[in-house]
Amino acid sequence: MKISKSPWIIHYDGSSCNGCDIEVLDSLMPKYDLERFGVVNTGNPKHADIFLVTGGINAQNKPVVQQIYSQMPFPKVVVAVGICACNGGIFKECYNILGGVDKAIPVDIYVPGCAARPEAIIDGVMKAVALLDKKREEMKKEAKEN
Amino acid sequence: MSVRSIVPFGPQHPVLPEPIHLDLVLEDEKVVEAVPSIGFVHRGLEKLVEKKDYQQYVYVAERICGICSFMHGMGYCEAVEHVMNVEIPPRAKYLRTIWCEMSRIHSHLLWLGLLADAFGFESLFMQSWRLREKILDMFEVSTGGRVIFSVNMIGGQRRDMDAQMLSMFSKVLDDMERELREISKTFLNDYAVQSRLKDVGFLTKEQAHELGAVGPFMRASGIALDSRKLGYAAYPDIDFEPITSQVGDSYARCDVRIREIFQSFDIIRQAIAKIPEGEVAVPVKGMPSGEHFMRVEQPRGEAIYYVKGNGTKFLDRVRVRTPTFANLPGMLETLKGCQLADVPILILTIDPCISCTER
Ligand code: SF4
Repeated sequence: MKISKSPWIIHYDGSSCNGCDIEVLDSLMPKYDLERFGVVNTGNPKHADIFLVTGGINAQNKPVVQQIYSQMPFPKVVVAVGICACNGGIFKECYNILGGVDKAIPVDIYVPGCAARPEAIIDGVMKAVALLDKKREEMKKEAKEN
Repeated sequence: MSVRSIVPFGPQHPVLPEPIHLDLVLEDEKVVEAVPSIGFVHRGLEKLVEKKDYQQYVYVAERICGICSFMHGMGYCEAVEHVMNVEIPPRAKYLRTIWCEMSRIHSHLLWLGLLADAFGFESLFMQSWRLREKILDMFEVSTGGRVIFSVNMIGGQRRDMDAQMLSMFSKVLDDMERELREISKTFLNDYAVQSRLKDVGFLTKEQAHELGAVGPFMRASGIALDSRKLGYAAYPDIDFEPITSQVGDSYARCDVRIREIFQSFDIIRQAIAKIPEGEVAVPVKGMPSGEHFMRVEQPRGEAIYYVKGNGTKFLDRVRVRTPTFANLPGMLETLKGCQLADVPILILTIDPCISCTER
C-alpha cells in the first residue's frame, strides 16, 4: 500500500472504560509501533488528520467531541475504536449513554472489539490513511472544477 | 500587584489520556486554587445492575475501568460470594492473587510511562511501556485477553494455569525484574528527573489522613495502610509489608510505586511456590440476599464494593467507591501553591483513573 503523507492522529476518550484507550496508546508503543507508518500522536486538533475516539457519547462529552472534530482541518477521517464507540456496546443500556460516536459526528471507520486489539486498531488507522488519500483527491478535483 | 486569572485545563489535554477538567485559578504563575469539574466519562454503570442479573454484572463490573479490570471483577465477585456464603477453592484464591499482582505491575508500569511522558522523557516512556507488554503477554496466554479478561465468576475462576505456564511466568518475571532495575535507576537517580519530582507537591502525613487519601499516594506520605492486609484472596498466606516513604513529595510517590512493583514480583513468586492443586471453581446455587462491603487494594489504592441482594437474580444496589475519588481532595491540596508548569505532573502523581471515578 502506498502512503503519500504522514497522517497525524488525535485521540479523545469519550466515555470508554480505558480498555480501548490504553490499547490505542499501546499501538503507538514499541511493540506494535504505529509510528513506523509516519503516524504521530498529537494533542492539537488543528494538527490532526485522523480522529480516534474511544467510548460512547454522553450528554457532557458530545460538545467536546464535536468541537474537536470541527477544529480539525479538511480532509479528516474519524475512526471509532471499540464496540462502545461503534454503538454503545455493553453500556448501551446505561441511562447516560446516547450511543456510539456516530450520534455526535460522522464516523468513517468502525474498529470492533472489546477491547479492540492493537492489530485491529492499526488496521483501522491504515484504512483511514487510504481514505484520507481518497478524500484529498476528491478535494483537489472539486477545487479544479470550481 | 499580581493579577488573578483562570486557566482552563482539559478535558482534552495532551498529557491526560482521560478527560478531566480543572479551572486553575492563577496568581501570576502560581496556582492558588484548582476547581475540578467531572462527569465526562459518566455512563451510569451502577444503575445497570437493574438490567443485568448478578452473574452478568461481572462483565459490567470489569468494564468499570480497563486498567484494573481484573480487580474490579474480582472485588464484585468477592462481595457477592460473601453475600451468598460461597467459599471458593484455595487454588482459585491463589490464581486471583497472581492475576491481581500482575494487574498491579502493569498498572504501575503504565503510570511510570505516563509520568515520563509528562516530564518529557520520551525514551523512558517507551521503555516502561515496552516492559509492560511482557505482562500483557502473560495475561494473554493465561486469560486470552489483553485488557479485559473475563476470568472471574461468582464461585471461582473460569481458567486455570498449568505448571508449565507458571514456570514460564517465573522466568519472565526474573527477566522483567532485571530490566526494571535498569529503568528504575533512571527514574530514581537521573538529575533531570529528580529536578522535576523532588520537593514538588508535598502532602504531609496529617493532610493525607485528614483528606482520606488512599493507596501509594497515602503511603508515600508515611501511612502504612494496605487493604491487602485485610486478607482477601490468598493474601493471608503471603508474606509482605506495606511499602511507605516518609517524604511525601512527587519523588516519594514514584519511589513507592517502583518498590511496589518489585514487591509484586515477590508476591507472585510466593504464590507460584505455594499454589495448591485442585478445582478452580465451585457451583453456585440460590440467589444473593443480604449485603456486604468488600475492600480491595487496587494499584491506585483502596476500592470499596457495596452489594445488596434481595433474593432475586437482580441485585438491589451496587456501589463502588474508587481510589481516585478518595485521592481527589488530596490532589487539589497539592495543587495549591504549585507552579503552572508542575500541574500535569502533580495530577499524574495520584495516578488518576477517571473512568472508574465517574463510572
Ligand atoms: S469497547 Fe470494551 S474495552 Fe473498549 S472502552 Fe468499551 S467497554 Fe472498554
